[in-house]
Formats: sequence, structure tokens, C-alpha cells
Amino acid sequence: MTEDDILARLKENVIQGRKTQQDEGIDEKLSGTPGVVELIRLALEKNISPAEIITQALTAGMRVVGEKFSTKEYFIPDMLASADAVGEAMDILKPLLEASSVETKGKLAIATVKGDIHDIGKNIVAILLKGAGYEVHDLGSDVPTEKIIEFIGKEKPGYLGLSALLTTTMTEMEVVIEALKDNSLRDKVKVLIGGAAVSDEYAQKIGADAYCLDGFQAVKVLDSFQQAKVN
Amino acid sequence: MPREGILVPNPYERITDEQLQQIHQASLQILVDPGLTCFSKKAAEIFRSNGAEVKAVASANHPYWHIKIPEKLVAEALANAPKTVKLGARNPDNALMMKGDEPRVYFISGSETNIWLNVDFPTYVKKSDNSVEIKVPEFHPRRATVADLCQSAHVCEHLETLDGYIRTVNIQDEDITEDNKDVNKFFASLNNTTKHFMSGLTKLEQLDNVVSMAELIAGGEEALKENPIISFITCLVKSPLQFVEDTTDTFIEVCRRGLPVVVSSSPQAGTTAPIKEAGIMAQINAEVLAGITLGQLVNKGTPLLYGSVPVRARMDTLGDSYGSVETSQYNIDCVQMARFYKIPNYSTSGVCDTKIPGQQASVERLFSDIVVTLSGPQFLHCAYGLLDCNAVFCLLQAVLDDAHFQMLKFFLKTPRINQQELAETMKQIKEVVATPQKLYIRYIRPVLRSGEISPSYPFEGDGESDDVFALAYQRMNELLARPVEHIDPDTTARIFQEVPGLLPRLNVYRERK
Repeated sequence: MTEDDILARLKENVIQGRKTQQDEGIDEKLSGTPGVVELIRLALEKNISPAEIITQALTAGMRVVGEKFSTKEYFIPDMLASADAVGEAMDILKPLLEASSVETKGKLAIATVKGDIHDIGKNIVAILLKGAGYEVHDLGSDVPTEKIIEFIGKEKPGYLGLSALLTTTMTEMEVVIEALKDNSLRDKVKVLIGGAAVSDEYAQKIGADAYCLDGFQAVKVLDSFQQAKVN
Repeated sequence: MPREGILVPNPYERITDEQLQQIHQASLQILVDPGLTCFSKKAAEIFRSNGAEVKAVASANHPYWHIKIPEKLVAEALANAPKTVKLGARNPDNALMMKGDEPRVYFISGSETNIWLNVDFPTYVKKSDNSVEIKVPEFHPRRATVADLCQSAHVCEHLETLDGYIRTVNIQDEDITEDNKDVNKFFASLNNTTKHFMSGLTKLEQLDNVVSMAELIAGGEEALKENPIISFITCLVKSPLQFVEDTTDTFIEVCRRGLPVVVSSSPQAGTTAPIKEAGIMAQINAEVLAGITLGQLVNKGTPLLYGSVPVRARMDTLGDSYGSVETSQYNIDCVQMARFYKIPNYSTSGVCDTKIPGQQASVERLFSDIVVTLSGPQFLHCAYGLLDCNAVFCLLQAVLDDAHFQMLKFFLKTPRINQQELAETMKQIKEVVATPQKLYIRYIRPVLRSGEISPSYPFEGDGESDDVFALAYQRMNELLARPVEHIDPDTTARIFQEVPGLLPRLNVYRERK
């Protein structure tokens, strides 16, 4: 298989959302053939650079997935499968990227706040952001504010995503933001909030940097923050 | 292979076996006392020659007869009436196979309305803010034409859930007369749908022309009997308990030709039938049994459907209230009565009281469509597009109806629960609970495109806007833009040569020249 063949198959498997050889994807003809994980390993064996893999296969594939989603050919499960496959690929590539001093798009910590165990939305957002190329650290659900503050202070992510489903737990988001201020971390991290209970208005009220309706908006918001950094 | 329809696994039943027997016995008593009034001489003679008690009544206006139908004749008719009835179609794959004891439902359009409802979407500007515009559907009623009938048959051909076509509108063009109405409504419909076509007949004298047309399309007399692409509906008994002359004579002639026909009765509880359920049921069942008996006396074994269009009266106008809950109750009772006799049933749902599409139309239609379907009638005249009882037809409404029948058909799919399914999902559960995210989303994909997940409502708008009418209108125009399989040129030429009265503009091949 040539270098171009490997990259083309990688891209196709991203589009198909096939993380591993066992995944079914959409096209039955691909059943049993190598998925993204196997092809990434093959690509690395063939000395294809991580930068090439990312631009020509992973990002290019996700662009097609996004187009299919916008034309309603793809649904969220398809988008998530592709994002999950890309996320797995990024995990494999991460040590190589670090070794070659290539920076990731950005580092994000994400958590469902204290008292709230609802994490479906947060998990979906995490998959989509990882698939979009962000380094995602999922702190889990029902996460105490102290644990979040500790992580931000130690790992210094540029972004913090907070999720809450309930009106009774959304107030914890404000507690986290106040704690960031108290620990002189507020200007080091941009805070994004999401979840059924919150709104754009609430984000402004508690001093968050953005409200995200869903995972797709989270990707857009982070991309816009990244773009602003470059500019 | 006939169309599949939808098999209702455990049909809903309102009345008990004992109550079915009680209604049957009460109907038999009604057929003897008070019996029926008959305005058809032919029917009176048929009953007399077969042993019924028939007494002529002198009348200054019109002679008529009192008929008492003995139980023996009814029992023989019920034994002779076919328990399986095939309604054929131009495309044999669209045939309907109805077994009286099998609750397999076919969804059919209808009925014949005088008014065609057009829709457009004018733009309105907000008084207080000229930059805000909205499009609001407006409905415009007008007299229906033969072009409308063609158009509705065309759309119905492409409505996925619709299994057969009852003519939707009464054609009232200036060049349509009592003498040419039948041939033109049959041709307009048959030429624009390959599904089964059912209609009433305006004039008995046109029956042979209509049958000749059907024979030309089906491939001859025998071919038409094998594949009856047309069938008839006749309200031969006017409630309460009166054989009407013209429809009864039409019924007799259709039975003589051995073509499928619905024995239909449409009593109105409160005016032409007792207001209480027991009363209207005993009477409508007696009226249908009288028709079935006559049909089998005319031609033993001729295919008939037990037709029921019972309705409750509105208390404010004494008009029909098809949207009333009782109307659905009566229809379900009739489905059970027909199944009790093992004769395929023609039942009614989806007819609503409101005059235009909207929330009331949706509620009334969906309610009766669900509950009557669940009772398992074979031929459900569920009235795609019908509004204002039987007065208005709206093509947009027919497209809207197709969407909720898709939901209903999906709902009635057989549950897929077996050891293999359980074993597969147990494996999934173990795998997912071992992951940090604990989501089953990746397992959706293999079933997403297999038809196992019900689709979203097709006319859902973006965000909070209600775009249902606009999207359904778009869908309607998409269906109209699709081609239909017309009758072939040679057969069309023969039909126009041999069947008198057809409007030349209905010949699509002539129009193209």
C-alpha cells in the first residue's frame, strides 16, 4: 500500500466512523478491514509524519463528515463515531506530536459540576472536541470545585468546560468561577458553560466567557477563541 | 405479491363475544320486524322469489314494498359470501388481499367531495415592525374538476402508506354531465394511479362502459375477474332500513357481474339511527346483513365487503360529527361484527369536522385513525385529505396524513425481542458499562439505516418556527413532479375508441402531440 493509499483509506475510515477493524461503519464493504487505529499504526510504520496524517486524513475526513451532517445525510451518531475515531488517533499521535514540539489545537478540562451526576451531554461534547483536535481532559461528573481548581492550577489548560443539567446544580458554576478568581486563575482560563439548565443570559450573569448550546457550538466557540489567539 | 398493509398483532376489541351475539340476534329480529322498506322492484322480486315475505304497498308517489328477511336467508348468505376478497390493481404488486378473519389493514383515500381546497402562502408584515414578515397559509375552496381528480390520484400514487384510491372529488367541469361523469372519473383515476381504484357509480347505464374500460386495461373479461382493478361502493340501504331504488339497482348489477362491491350503510346516531350504541349497532348490522343477503341471492359467491360508515349527530346542527369519539366506537364495533362473520370489512376513520387543515383536523384525524386502525379493519377508508366531514378535499392534508400513517405503521411493527437480540444487547451492555463515557451511541449506527429507527416528523421546522404546512406543500409539489405510469398508448387509444363520453383532454398522448 502506498503512502497515498494509506492516507486515503484513513480519511475514508474517518468518514465511515470506523475506529477499529471490528467497527461496522456504514459501507458494508469495509467490514473486517483495518479501521483508523490500525491504519494510523501502519502509517507510522511507513514513516508518514503526524502532520501529514492530521491534515490529509483526519482533518480532511472530518471536514467531509461535517458537510454530510449539514446536508442531513449524517446524524449525530455518525458525527460522534467519526470524532471518536479521530480522538483515538490523536491519543496515538500525541507523544509524537509532543516529541516533535508540534502544539495541539488547545487544552481543555471538562467537568459536570458538584452535585450533578448527569454526564451524557458533557461526554458528547468531550468526544466532539477531541475529534476536532483539542486535547481534552475529562474530569468526570459530580466534580468538587477544589478538584477543578487544582487541575487548572497544575495542568494549565486554556479552556474549562462546565456542564450542569439541573437548576439546583447550575449555581455551582458560579462557585467555580469565583474560586478561579480567588486562586488568581480566572485570567488564565476561558470558561465555557453548557447544559439544559443554563443559557447565554446565565453565562453572562455569572461571568463565564461563553455559553454553548451543544457540542457543535462548543467546537465553533473554541475554534473562534483559537483564531482570536492567532490574530 | 399483494401489498403488505399492516397486520395488527392483537386487535383492539370494544365489545365482548356475548355482545356480538346479542347484536347479531337483534339485527336478525329487525330484519323480520319491522323488516325493510324497499323502493327497488328488482330487489323486491329477488327477495320474493327466494322466500322472503314481500308485501307491495300502494303509494301515490312511488310503489314500494315491505320486506321481511328470514334468518335462513341471512345464514345462507353469510355462508356463501367469500371470506377472502381480492382487490386488484393495474400494477399487480399493488393488489389488496383481504381475509375476513385476518386483521391486516390497508389504508385508503376517499370520499367524493364537491369542494377542492387550494392553498397558498401570502406574506404578512407586522404592523409595529415592518421588517418582520411571516408567511401564513390561506385556504381557498372551489368546485372540484376532473384535473383535480387526476392530480389527487397522481399524488396518492406516490404516498407511501396509501394502499388504494377511492375517488376523492366529485368532478364538476362544465363539460361533465350525468351521462359522461362515470367514464371520466374512472379513466382520470385509473390513468393516474396503479393502485386499486374504488368508486360509486353516478348512473347505472354507465356501468357497462366502465366495466369495458376496466377489461381493456386488465386484459379482458377473465383477466378483470382475476385482477379486479376496480370495485364499487353502494349505499343501497338508506337508514333507517330502506332499500333505495337507484343504488340498490346498481348494487344488483355489480353483483351480477361478479365485481367486488362494498355494502355500505351510513346511519347517523340520533337522527337516522338510535342515539344509543346498542341501537345503532343493531340497526347498521341489520342494514349491512340485508345488503349482503341481497348480493348473495343475486350471485352466490360474489365478493362483498361489510361496509360501515356510522356517525354520531352533532348536537348543535344535527349534521354528521365524524370527529366525535362515538363515531370511532361505532366503527370499531362494526369491525368486530364483520370479523364475527369473517367477511372483510370496509371501515371509516380520519374524517374530521373541521373545514381546513390545522390543529383540530390533526387531533380529530389522528385520534380516529389510531383507534380504528388498532381494531384491525381490512379496508380502512381513512380519508386522506378529507375535511369538513365529506365536503372538502385538500391535497396538502393528504400529504400531512401520509406522515402520521407512517408513524402508525411503524408503531404496529412486530416487536423484535428474542434470544439472539437479547444476547447481542447483553454484550453491548457489558462493553458500554466498562467504558468511561458509558454511552451506547456507537451501536445506533448499524440500525440507523436499516429502517429500525422511526424517522423524525418529516415536516419539522428549524428552531421554534412552525413550518409544517410550508414543508408539506413542498413535499406535495415534489410528488406532483414525479412521473406516474399512465395506461399505455395502445390501450388508451382503444379506450378512447370504444368507450363513449371520454373528454379528449384526458388523453395524455393526444395532449403531447
